Amino acid sequence: MADQLINQLVWPIIYILCIVLPLVLAVAMFVYWERKVLGWMHVRMGPNKVGPFGLLQAFADVVKLLIKEVILPTKANRFLYYMAPMIALVPALAVWAVVPFSSTMVLSNANAGVLYLLAMTSMGVYGIIIAGWASNSRYALLGAMRSAAQVISYELAMGLCLVCVLVLAGSLNLSAIVNAQAGNKGIFDWFWLPLLPVFVVYFISGVAETNRAPFDVAEGESEIVAGFHVEYSGSAFALFFLAEYANMILVSFLAAVLFMGGWLSPFPVSWGFIGHGGFPWLLIKAFLFSFMFLWFRATFPRYRYDQIMRLGWKVFIPIAIAWVFVAGCLKYWGLVSIGTGA
Amino acid sequence: MSRVTGYFKSLLLVELVQGMGVTLRYLFKPKYTMRYPMEHIPKSNRFRGLHALRRYANGEERCIACKLCEAVCPALAITIDSAPRESDGQRRTTRYEIDLFKCIYCGFCEESCPVDSIVETSIHEYHFENRGENVVDKQKLLAIGDRFEQQIAADRAQDAAYR
Repeated sequence: MADQLINQLVWPIIYILCIVLPLVLAVAMFVYWERKVLGWMHVRMGPNKVGPFGLLQAFADVVKLLIKEVILPTKANRFLYYMAPMIALVPALAVWAVVPFSSTMVLSNANAGVLYLLAMTSMGVYGIIIAGWASNSRYALLGAMRSAAQVISYELAMGLCLVCVLVLAGSLNLSAIVNAQAGNKGIFDWFWLPLLPVFVVYFISGVAETNRAPFDVAEGESEIVAGFHVEYSGSAFALFFLAEYANMILVSFLAAVLFMGGWLSPFPVSWGFIGHGGFPWLLIKAFLFSFMFLWFRATFPRYRYDQIMRLGWKVFIPIAIAWVFVAGCLKYWGLVSIGTGA
Repeated sequence: MSRVTGYFKSLLLVELVQGMGVTLRYLFKPKYTMRYPMEHIPKSNRFRGLHALRRYANGEERCIACKLCEAVCPALAITIDSAPRESDGQRRTTRYEIDLFKCIYCGFCEESCPVDSIVETSIHEYHFENRGENVVDKQKLLAIGDRFEQQIAADRAQDAAYR
């Protein structure tokens, strides 16, 4: 009985903490890194006062947010208002259950991992809609509506991109998808090569999914102040913030897992030590992708709202559908080598 | 034709990638930021900052209460009263006040002074903590002059050829 309890309750909780705590820490460092990179690209220095090189800036901000008052707007729906940040955050953390960190490191090796992933990432938008509605504010409501429409449109394109990956890998299991990219050619065995357009569409959709620049109309500070989280302050705002950045890191990890061979090494296996896969490779790839988020933000001005919709429906979805057929053909005639696991 | 090439250009993200190239170059450029309290921008010797009243080397104050500075001051920031000094009957100021809130740091007072008494030093980092401290009286001005005399003299000497 005690053994059962430990196996089914205590260990999973420890594993979950092993994922969530580094994730929260990664978010803190990512915020710092974002401000630093944006600063450098603006030919500024970025935060450099708090701690060595400003490394503790994010923690100072966390403390600041936590000791601030959470303000409840007049006539706001109290229950939903307080629930919304949690509804936004929980899926953002829960998705990490199926992300494979290496060939042996995965919390839940679910068979339908990709489905779970899609379901969970879609849940996040409820937090945003509820936050916008419960705030009893025009700006918040507008932001929420924009965000909802945008996330739903881009989820279609993203789902079709995932279909391409599934067709090639022949599995819904994320570990199996990574193993299907294994081979002797290293980086050229990964799915980004046969699925290049889809890979680009996936990543851009991911940027749109997470409401990041240049698709950040949900926040649109020059038009609707801050969008769905205008009325939130203190720790409630911190939760939204955490969810947004956790989602960004997630999209980076998924781009690495689905298209860039996850934990696999970019070098051929025959090269010895650096040819072996491992968690550090995944980390490097995810870091590069998350850097792209910041790079986009520093480079591109915000899309107009109708342009975002046009891009999603009239460009990305047709490309993704077309490539589903291409992927089917590649698979049918065996033009792509599919690994079986290292 | 241009529509077709334009279509492929936008589809292949050519211009977006070019833009990202620009930001990437800026990422590695040397930064313009001046870390202010630790670093300072070089200042001209003609910089017009906080005022000071100077003395001669023997300790005698230079000001002879001619009131030219008071007259020339476009902001009416200077107030001077004068009377014969009790010890030797020389014409001296009994009151020399500058309202730093009125002052526009034009430097006319310094230019008008026949004895180089009132000067604007290169000090620009000063503040007031109480109401009324913006009006600087004679004692304070002389004290500033005493404290920064070396700097003031050096700045004037550097500029002497052009005066």
